[in-house]
Amino acid sequence: MSTVAAARTPELDVHESRDARRARLSAGALLVALGAILAILSTRTAGATAYALSGYFDAVQLPTVTVPAGPTVIACAVLVIASGIVFLAGRLPAGARTAAAVVGGIAVVLGFITWAVAGSQLPFQVSNQFAGTIALATPLVLGALCGVLCENAGVVNVAIEGQFLVAAFTAAVVGSVTGSTTAALFAAVLAGVLMGAMLAVFSIKYLVDQVVLGVVINLFASGLTGFLFDQLVQPNSGDLNSSPLLEPIAIPGLSAIPFLGPILFNQTILFYLAVLSVAFVSWLLYRTRWGLRVRSVGEHPEAADTVGVSVRGMRWQAVLLGGAFAGLGGAFFTIGSTGAFIKDITVGNGFIALAALIMGRWNPVRAALMAVFFGFVTQLASQLQSLGTPMPSQLLLMLPYLATVIAVAGLIGRSRGPAADGVPFVK
Amino acid sequence: MPEPQTTRGSFWERHGRSWAVTAMSIVLALLVGAIVMIVSDPEVVTQYAYLFTAPQLPLGASWAKVSSAYSALFFGAVGSPYALAMTTAQAAPLICAGLGVGLGFRAGLFNIGAQGQAVIAAILAAWVGFALPMPPVLHLVVAVLAGLVGGAVWGGIVGFLKARTGAHEVIVTIMMNYIATGILAWLLTTDAFLRPGSRDPISPPVEPTAIFPAFYGQFHLGFVVALLAAALTWWLIERSTIGFAIRAVGANPRAAATAGMSVGRITIVTMVLSGLLAGLAGTQFALGPGGQGVPTPLSAGLVGTVGFDAITVALLGRSSPIGIVFAGLLFGGLHSGGLAMQSMAGTPVTMAMLLQALIVLFVAAPGLVSAITPYLRAPKNKSLVGGQA
Amino acid sequence: MTNATTGGLRLEGITKRFGSFTANDAVDLDVRPGEIHCLLGENGAGKSTLMNVLYGLYQPDGGQIVVDGEPRTFSNPKQAMAAGIGMVHQHFMLVDVFTVAENVMLGREGAFVLNKERARARVREIGERYGMPVDPDAVVEDLPVGLQQRVEILKALANDAEILVLDEPTAVLTPQEIDELMGVMTALRDEGKAIVFITHKLREVRAIADRITVMRRGKIVGHAEPGTSEADLAEMMVGRAVDLRVDKAAAEVGDVRLQVSDLRVTNVAGVVVVDGLTFDVRAGEVLCVAGVQGNGQSELADAILGNMPVASGTITLDGRDITRANPHDTIAAGVGFVPEDRQADGFVSSFSIAENLVLNRFDQPPFSRGPALALPQIQDNAERLRQEFDIRTESISAPLSSLSGGNQQKVVLARELSRDLALLVASQPTRGVDVGAIEFLHRRIVEERDTGTAVLLVSTELDEVEALADRVLVMYRGRVVGIVPPETPRDVVGLMMAGVPYEEAVASAENPTPRAEAVATQGAAERGEHA
Repeated sequence: MSTVAAARTPELDVHESRDARRARLSAGALLVALGAILAILSTRTAGATAYALSGYFDAVQLPTVTVPAGPTVIACAVLVIASGIVFLAGRLPAGARTAAAVVGGIAVVLGFITWAVAGSQLPFQVSNQFAGTIALATPLVLGALCGVLCENAGVVNVAIEGQFLVAAFTAAVVGSVTGSTTAALFAAVLAGVLMGAMLAVFSIKYLVDQVVLGVVINLFASGLTGFLFDQLVQPNSGDLNSSPLLEPIAIPGLSAIPFLGPILFNQTILFYLAVLSVAFVSWLLYRTRWGLRVRSVGEHPEAADTVGVSVRGMRWQAVLLGGAFAGLGGAFFTIGSTGAFIKDITVGNGFIALAALIMGRWNPVRAALMAVFFGFVTQLASQLQSLGTPMPSQLLLMLPYLATVIAVAGLIGRSRGPAADGVPFVK
Repeated sequence: MPEPQTTRGSFWERHGRSWAVTAMSIVLALLVGAIVMIVSDPEVVTQYAYLFTAPQLPLGASWAKVSSAYSALFFGAVGSPYALAMTTAQAAPLICAGLGVGLGFRAGLFNIGAQGQAVIAAILAAWVGFALPMPPVLHLVVAVLAGLVGGAVWGGIVGFLKARTGAHEVIVTIMMNYIATGILAWLLTTDAFLRPGSRDPISPPVEPTAIFPAFYGQFHLGFVVALLAAALTWWLIERSTIGFAIRAVGANPRAAATAGMSVGRITIVTMVLSGLLAGLAGTQFALGPGGQGVPTPLSAGLVGTVGFDAITVALLGRSSPIGIVFAGLLFGGLHSGGLAMQSMAGTPVTMAMLLQALIVLFVAAPGLVSAITPYLRAPKNKSLVGGQA
Repeated sequence: MTNATTGGLRLEGITKRFGSFTANDAVDLDVRPGEIHCLLGENGAGKSTLMNVLYGLYQPDGGQIVVDGEPRTFSNPKQAMAAGIGMVHQHFMLVDVFTVAENVMLGREGAFVLNKERARARVREIGERYGMPVDPDAVVEDLPVGLQQRVEILKALANDAEILVLDEPTAVLTPQEIDELMGVMTALRDEGKAIVFITHKLREVRAIADRITVMRRGKIVGHAEPGTSEADLAEMMVGRAVDLRVDKAAAEVGDVRLQVSDLRVTNVAGVVVVDGLTFDVRAGEVLCVAGVQGNGQSELADAILGNMPVASGTITLDGRDITRANPHDTIAAGVGFVPEDRQADGFVSSFSIAENLVLNRFDQPPFSRGPALALPQIQDNAERLRQEFDIRTESISAPLSSLSGGNQQKVVLARELSRDLALLVASQPTRGVDVGAIEFLHRRIVEERDTGTAVLLVSTELDEVEALADRVLVMYRGRVVGIVPPETPRDVVGLMMAGVPYEEAVASAENPTPRAEAVATQGAAERGEHA
């Protein structure tokens, strides 16, 4: 590696900070290592791997593609190693590096799936994989947006999990009582906002340490929903825990597109809202007065204060708006999937949303992409489990967490949050 | 980060007030809990239709509901020697993990990872307990040590990453919790951790030689170990050179570095010790005898939410080992009382968890407690000791 | 003072106290539109306090602020801004990750949807008008410090500031950037803005000021015309009011103990802050490092302690190489260290006095026994040092935060001097300390010298340098300007602190007018001259 570095021209060094250089080299090394692992796996890969492009019940049936497993894995390994070398070389412009990252990433996934599914009786369901990814990612995207808003304003939110939980509970109960999913959605949003208000009161007004607070709010949410579930909902589940489900809304025309149509354009309102929310939050944060002020308050509250921006006011607004998104995300767990609430139904998704937020470096679009990636991995784990593959699905499910640890340790890209994130503002 | 520092000076002024805030927080939490109980019971709520015509009906029903729940809670926590024994068993892991979190606080570190550290420790302790037959005493000692090492390593990784790369320990520990949980879930699919011929994700029972011996009911050696751990932790923080460095780094890392202490090394040492104490909590779950006199076998939910409960314990105990012992006993009582509340008064045990969260919420915001109870308000700008020389 | 002009700013009898310390004592100041009014004074003279009062960050204990003939009270910066006062802070109030345009528009964005094009246009327009172009789309953290400062000025101008306060604006700038700033200030003055220029650099004052007000120890000590010689300005600024001369015998100089050779230190950003420094300190002498704040003295001290990595060169102590040693090792090798910022680096304020007195020896006998602290010894040590150093406290168990600044510093010095030292490195040991304690601290430092310890004293206070030094090393921009005897006239030392070599400094001090003019010339002088 040192010889590579020595060969680099001085001008390029000027433009690359030490952090960036370390990140680039570690990313390259990681890719090469992954490629090497794939290459080793390829020696133990026999038979063929089948990819089914359509589900059994799709209107338009696409063919099932079968590839020879061993050579495919080898090819992927070569691509991954090549893209890693591009990173290590570092002489190429940013565009080439992005291309290398994309190629490397896809090759890793493809090579890995090909290895895992090789020799299986059943084909790998591609459309199922994408549909599942979208379903799993929907609440993660919404939760991550909540975090994006709070943390850009300087309020650390580790209570997304608690917000999810209360919103999921509220949606189930209100949906059951009113029989209306619309009412349930509004109630969930309200619940998310109220939990946000709790975060805001204690962190902004009473200056409670925000991490402590998040942990306690999560316990509170778990205790409250758990108690109400045991006391009230469980004994009357017919009346209180049998909410109607959100129906998929097919977008005319688009939903008829083969393969992509059913995946992207025949979803529940929550999916469409999540997509729109990403655009909306991006617009809000980067294109409006409100967003400028929110970000200034999260980065340098004193500077904002000296030009007359109300630091506390902006933080309150951001946390409450974030609560609305967390509320929508929470609703997904009940009325967006099975309809019924069970205790601790969100099983750590709030923390995965937090991980997506950090991996996405506090930016709504990148956070959403990371949420989709985490959804993809989770869905992959459950698919591989049902195919009986050599890779234990439990280990695959750890990937989002492991990736986040690697990210915050600065191995892949510098992860820098808003400068004043978590710092209470005392005038 | 909270930096619960012991500011010396007028002992009573400081501690008296914090006791008062704690007591008031408990009262407030019980009040809120009572309200939640009343509004969530349809039978009681329907009585409120008569609030203006026959107020004794709703008020009586409310009183009956709340008083039966809370008296069951009280009885289940301290009402009998058996209940007390159970409270000690519930408190033991809370004290251990609380000590770990509290030690982290003293060094300015936020160990949210007690959960994962306890899980790893429980895995190792239980595995030694069921898979490696050994003579009595030795078996228990080895099993406990295995757990301690597991917890220490799991915490040490976080300390190492923080010291070397500056990775924020809050994020890393949260993620490490899930990684630990994932490892447990995976291990419970492997033959080494399953009962022969079974695919249920439950390990074989721990051999009797590796169980903490019980003295009375569920009162077992583990609780004594927890108290010893508290005493040792107290000594470590207040009387040892390492503790001195930990406190210095927690209070002013720059001054500590200027005085020749290595902040990175102290960070790692603190996380190792913190993980070790959380690991001790994990061994309490893996090796402590339950209601039937044997430990619950290793399974997905074995350690419950001990890591998060530990944070509440450390906060309530204000990071001092003595405070943590009391806080652990309080929440241990809440847990065992909660079970009694469920069986005797039909009030779900989750109420105990809610109360716990509420108590800490109030304790963490003394400003709120003071706003509700003005006479607790602190005198402003009053210097504790001395003046300008 | 009040000459019936309605425009501009007048401060009348501003008094500001912090506890028993009076930072501003009945200060009068008036600034008229179309002039650059220079507020000159040493560090700690009370200039920044005065400006923070003006900007609504502090509330005065007495006096009033008159803007355009109207008495005003500002309880926050927003009100000051609304009255047309703009402040360029020493620590910029800029959001690093925002673009220039975003920083300028923050707080006055107009419509809900940002009109960035308009903000860019405004930045360009103001930039062109005052001759300070900045790319509106540049992200602030990517800009050099000089341009960041421009953005601060632009921010104030975009807010229609008529009265601009620049607080030590040149402290962070390179010479070229200083020239550019002077050009901008002149342009602003010509536009009719009232400018308050706070500095302690004489050359800059002479180059640009229309009027000069000198502050010392919280009071206005005089006014001067721009033609005043630098020597006269230096005397006004530094004063001779307080004689802190210490009775000390001539140094009995022994062998070289500290040897620094060709030392280079770079800071986190990679900027060279100590640049090829070579000097030695001998047993039994006090070497004073004199210089204006921020010329590499702090980094030199940190590098000797081992708290900052050395880029190249060597440091040896009694012949042992300690270039790469960490603080733990240098402390063990006999380096005593009194840090410049004692609040941040010198002690743990929540710890007891007794604990702070063993902060760097707690893990060594007699204060530890194996892994345990030896509390009785720690207590005894504290009692003894409390007597010896006259630390005024009710109890050695009281937290250090309960002590006054002078007594806190006594604790730090007592801790360092209670060990066998080879070298004492003391930075600004008497900053913010009352006069009584200063005398005491100085006496102790001289006593330590007399035991054969080498003493390296970093100070920006010429009084202190004069009182303690056996030799004076003047530092400027990380380099040695010269090493001179303590009898050197202070105006010569003052000039050297501005980077003027010894011979030139002596010449211009003796023969102020023509030579000083030549020295002041650095491109900026011509522009400032016509005033």
